[in-house]
Amino acid sequence: MDSNGSGRRRFLKQAAALAGVAAGAGAGSELAMKGQSANAQPAKPAAETNGDQRRGVRMSVDHITYYTPLQDYGGVITPASLHFVQYHASHFPDIDASQHRLTIHGMVDRPMSFSMDDLKRLPSVSRVHFVECHANSSPMIHSAGNPNMGLPVQFIHGMASCSEWTGVPLSVLLNMAGVKRGASWLVYEGADPGKFSHTVPLEKAMDDVMVAYGQNGEPVRREQGYPIRMIVPGWEGPHNVKYLSHIKVVDQPYHTWNESMNHSVVRADIGDKARWYHFEWGPKSVITRPSAGLAIPGRGYVQITGMAWSGGGKVSKVDVSTDGGRSWKEAKLQTPVHTKAHTRFNFDWAWDGEEAVLLSRCTDERGEVQPSVAELYNHWGITGEDAKKPNRAIHFNAMQPWRVARDGSVHDAMFA
Amino acid sequence: MGAYTMRCSLKLLVPAMVLAASAAVAQSPNYNVGKPLTQEEIKSFDFMIGPDGQGLPEGRGSAKEGAVIFARRCEVCHGKNGERGVLRRLVLGSPGKPFRGPFRAEEKDSIAYYPYATIAWDYINRAMPVPKPGSLTHDEVYSLVAFLLYRNGIIQEGDVMDAKTLPKVEMPNRNGFVPAVPVYPPDPTKPNWF
Repeated sequence: MDSNGSGRRRFLKQAAALAGVAAGAGAGSELAMKGQSANAQPAKPAAETNGDQRRGVRMSVDHITYYTPLQDYGGVITPASLHFVQYHASHFPDIDASQHRLTIHGMVDRPMSFSMDDLKRLPSVSRVHFVECHANSSPMIHSAGNPNMGLPVQFIHGMASCSEWTGVPLSVLLNMAGVKRGASWLVYEGADPGKFSHTVPLEKAMDDVMVAYGQNGEPVRREQGYPIRMIVPGWEGPHNVKYLSHIKVVDQPYHTWNESMNHSVVRADIGDKARWYHFEWGPKSVITRPSAGLAIPGRGYVQITGMAWSGGGKVSKVDVSTDGGRSWKEAKLQTPVHTKAHTRFNFDWAWDGEEAVLLSRCTDERGEVQPSVAELYNHWGITGEDAKKPNRAIHFNAMQPWRVARDGSVHDAMFA
Repeated sequence: MGAYTMRCSLKLLVPAMVLAASAAVAQSPNYNVGKPLTQEEIKSFDFMIGPDGQGLPEGRGSAKEGAVIFARRCEVCHGKNGERGVLRRLVLGSPGKPFRGPFRAEEKDSIAYYPYATIAWDYINRAMPVPKPGSLTHDEVYSLVAFLLYRNGIIQEGDVMDAKTLPKVEMPNRNGFVPAVPVYPPDPTKPNWF
């Protein structure tokens, strides 16, 4: 978007705001006549796209990235202003919610269109779920020789956040449209400039996917997909399409560019073929304090705290090691533990002033255990030097070691 | 008014509620919201293209036409002939000599990596060029896809791409993906981080 365009938009917005002030009382009575409350009208999103500078920003021609400062908050809910962003276009769209429509077509008996008012009149649910970019924690960020080496936890693992999402179960909408026999997948897109698209199997769509218009009690923010986004609990980030506008029910995976091309990974263990269609996130955890870039002021009591999560369900256990994985003790979990959600763990530790390596290890309710980086790379067929320069490795859920030096400084020890 | 009346009305209410609930199930779903969509409306926005070409609109284009459009709209980012740009190298191999992998690092940006040619049409149509996505005509999209397929050695310079010919293009990396056919649920013998 050129500067003239945004300047014009600003002017139009200001003009509309002035007109709104003049028409204020009239608009209210019009609503009353229609028998609707003012609450039924689409709420405005939070205006600033990067109002909270603590996220840190990385921008390129076709990407906007904000990182959640995981080290800065307690509990499991990421403040909406700190939720990460990994956005695949040059600018966020400015959507008028009163004009926005969600359509469902393809293999359905009744192709339908829903306004925001329609969606808000349907049965709603609120659930706590994490959203995580498929490239979060990428080994490229840890790689020795990478100029980013030594970054704090925010920039290594901060493309993961957790919110209470409110919206309509997608199954409600699909049942209204009437899915035809033989349908097996959905392909859907957003109203962002590049119409980001993705697919999801019908089975998952009917299970726990939701069309969310609320986040932590407020409207989904502009950079999070205002007025609506898909929430696909526990699955890789790109499934959670923002500015959701069209859903098409089909009978095969539609191989969108993002999932088939951009997000596939060529791997040595499968004959240099590409692994595609990753779905769930595996069990994962990270100690957020102490972590790289933070310092322990002195020997004695230290609370080790962090987040664990799994796309496979609830976290059942988190173990912590302070000796690089030689011995493990169980951490305390904050309750309630939500399914496919960040789970806070805490562990009391007395630091003796000697060098230490801190690790956390997540086990989920299905009994799956978070792998070490060696286990993960062995599985992927990457060893030795290769491990330090993986081929765009994504879907990375290995344990994160932090090395505590004798001066109390904390360092990334993933490949140390 | 008192407990007695309350009990009475509950006795009357419960069967009525059961009836209402079963009626709701029988007629489900009926929330009385949403509008039906016409085929005309669907046609105006549906450009989600299947790997077998489902959804491809009318239009046509050739590599020669695509070369002109590419130079004007795409070269600024992707470089001359899509080979040496600042963003995403789209062309590997050369006319008549397709690149057959393995695809390392940035090589997977190339059209040669795609399992289906239709993906190029879908993506260019929806997302390119970055400063003004959606500004290419259908003919222009067909032409650009033809040009890129030709430069990657996958089709001949004279081949015309349209809704019939594009899905039939055989991509050299068609079998380069695991699992060969995406299935859900995935292989239960492997951990979900596989």
